[in-house]
Parts: sequence; structure tokens; C-alpha cells
Amino acid sequence: MITTEQHIDDILIPILEQVSDPEIPVLSIMDMGVVRSAVFENSIVKVQITPTYSGCPAMDVIGDDIKKALKDAGYKSEVELILSPAWTTDWITPRGRKALEDYGIAAPLGVEADKDVLLHGKRLVKCPQCGSTNTKMVSQFGSTACKAQFQCDDCLEPFDYFKCLK
Amino acid sequence: MKKSLYNYILGIADNSLILGQRMGELCGHGPSLETDIACTNISLDLFGQVRSYYQYAAKIAGDGRTEDDIAMLRKEREYVNVLLVEQPNTDFAYTMARHFLFDVYHLLFLTELKKSKDMTLAAIATKCIKEVRYHQRFSSDWIRRLGDGTEESQNRMQAAINDLWTYTDELFHQTEADKAMVSEGIGVDVTKLKEAYYEKVNTILEESTLTIPESKYFQKGGKMGIHTEHMGFLLSELQYMQRTYPNMEW
Repeated sequence: MITTEQHIDDILIPILEQVSDPEIPVLSIMDMGVVRSAVFENSIVKVQITPTYSGCPAMDVIGDDIKKALKDAGYKSEVELILSPAWTTDWITPRGRKALEDYGIAAPLGVEADKDVLLHGKRLVKCPQCGSTNTKMVSQFGSTACKAQFQCDDCLEPFDYFKCLK
Repeated sequence: MKKSLYNYILGIADNSLILGQRMGELCGHGPSLETDIACTNISLDLFGQVRSYYQYAAKIAGDGRTEDDIAMLRKEREYVNVLLVEQPNTDFAYTMARHFLFDVYHLLFLTELKKSKDMTLAAIATKCIKEVRYHQRFSSDWIRRLGDGTEESQNRMQAAINDLWTYTDELFHQTEADKAMVSEGIGVDVTKLKEAYYEKVNTILEESTLTIPESKYFQKGGKMGIHTEHMGFLLSELQYMQRTYPNMEW
């Protein structure tokens, strides 16, 4: 049975919010939508996380960081990697999107706008530095598989755009 | 059933492993920084996908073998990838043509695998398809740029398509494991993908002022473990660390 709901015990939320994505340190794994469930089972916290991309090298680190954060809070835990339902950029929270922008990464557009930008060279992505949409794609793949490389033609800064994944 | 499923998974995963290795070879050797990074990112996606498949295969085998053993410690004849994906990186046109000819197949294949009765395979397919869509965009883009580019780039891309075309038919050959898994509702009937494949490839080649070669002769063998001369060299690099330092781990 596939469900897109998250089941996270209220007590665990503040602990998990302290764990950040090792590649985007300003973003907590909660705002990234990577944690799908975290519940107590016989006094052990069972956590399920899902990778953003199959080859995401951050997943092992995230798993270890979760265990450490829970251990520091006095809980034993087990972390399981699940593939279904598959992660989508829709799960990035509004706070997460803001954190990305503040960090200098343009947040994902909707699926159609994303296509217009990546396939047809439309200028829709907002430069996280100066706010201009006079931006162009330099490469469909940026510093990691989940991002594309862009440049702003107004302030001339290069930046990453987080690609829409649906 | 168990053995068929195991072999079936390897049939899917080996394609991605070997293609991932080829794309990874471009690390530090891409024609430009952007393409270098793109190719290695694609390689990383493929390796990530492969891990999910081999982990599942290892679980099914249930004899203590790990995903690493399956990936690294087989002999050449035990790899069942198609010949297409093991072809070497020569010029960039060739590399992109090989990737494109596989991407079109890969996307059609995963779209069907999503409907598999096997929940794990369906979940992996659902995950992979999102990534492979980007791969196909990237390679199609290069087919267009080089095909509909200069005389030199057009000649090179057409030469690459002419060379690699002979390996495309094998994508649609059914193995014994395929047949068994199709009848269980787990596997994809690859023979049914052929028409959509040619249509998609033809559309993009036409847009790129390229043509499908007329040759009716096709190579086969990879799915049965009979590989081209390039495979041994590829494996010697892929397996180097495990062969030199047995059982090493990160």
C-alpha cells in the first residue's frame, strides 16, 4: 500500500529538525521531506527515510546523523531506507524552499515551468542573488544530480537551480 | 521462480552498471566541465539504481552474497548486459549516441516495470524513471546539437549512429528469465517495446537531420554473456579494487 503521508511522533520532530542535509547544510532533513516516518516501537525509534535521488551519496551520512541525534536525546533508533513512495520536490516545505533561496539555490518550479526552462530555454528561474528572472541554463546537471547550473544575465552570478522531480 | 527472478534482476541491473561505468570513465575527461559533470552525475544515478537492484538480488539469492559481490566479483560471461552499453567512449558523438539509444529503451522499459506485480521492482522503477527522464533529455539534446550542427559534427553523429545501430535489436530479445517473469506478471515483455522505440528514435533523429541506417544485420550475445572485446578491459578497471584487495569496504 502506498501512502504519501508522513508519520512522525511529535516528540521527535524537534530532534529530527536539527539534522541537516550534508550537501545543503542550511536545510533540515525534515524540510527536505526525506523523513517519511519516525515512531516508537518497543522503546526504539524506527525511522524511515527516502533518497532524493537513487545515487544520492548523502543518504548514508543522513542515516548516521539521525542515529546520532536520537542517541544524544537518549533514544535508541533504527533507520531504514525506503524507495516507495518515491521522493518528489513537492515534499520540500515552504520553509525549506526559503532556506534554499537564502543559501543561493533557486527552488524548484512547477513541472511545466521546469520543462520550459530546461528544454526550451525560457527565462523563468529567479536568481537567488538579485531576484532577476533574466537567467539562463548553463548545464542540465549542476554540482549534484538534483541541481542544474544556471547563470544570471543581470548580476552575472552563476547559481544552482534545484530541478523539479515529480 | 527464485532463480528466474534473480537472473531477471541482473538482466536489468547489469545494463545500468556497465553504462554507469562507461559514463564514469568521463570523470575528468569530459569535453567541457559541464558535460563532464553531467556525465558523472548520470553515472551516479545509474550506480544508485544498480544498488537497489543488486541489494534486492542479494536478498533473493539469500546465500550470503552482498550487492558488492554481485557487482564486482562475477566473471565476464556472468554479466548479462546488452552489447550496446559496453561499447567504448570514443568521441563525444559516439558516447552520446550510445547513451541516447539506451535511454529511449530504458524509459520505455521502466514505464512498464512500474506496473510489475513485484512491489520492489515497481518501487525501484518508479524511483528510477524520474532520473532517467533527465538522462534522456540530456542525450536527446546532444543528438540534436551535434546532428543539426556543423558538417563535421553531423558526420560524426551519423557515423556513431551507423556503428551503434547494429546493437539496438538485442534490446528486444527475450531471455529465458524474461519469459518466465513475463508469465508471472513481474517482467516486462521487451518485444512489445520495439515499435515505440523505433518511433521515438526516428522522431529525434529526423529532428536532428540524421537517419536510421538501412543495414538489417544486428549483433547479439550480451544477454547470454557473450560480450564484445571491450568488456574485459572495462571489467578489469571496474573490478580492480576488489580483485587487488579482496573484501575491501569503504
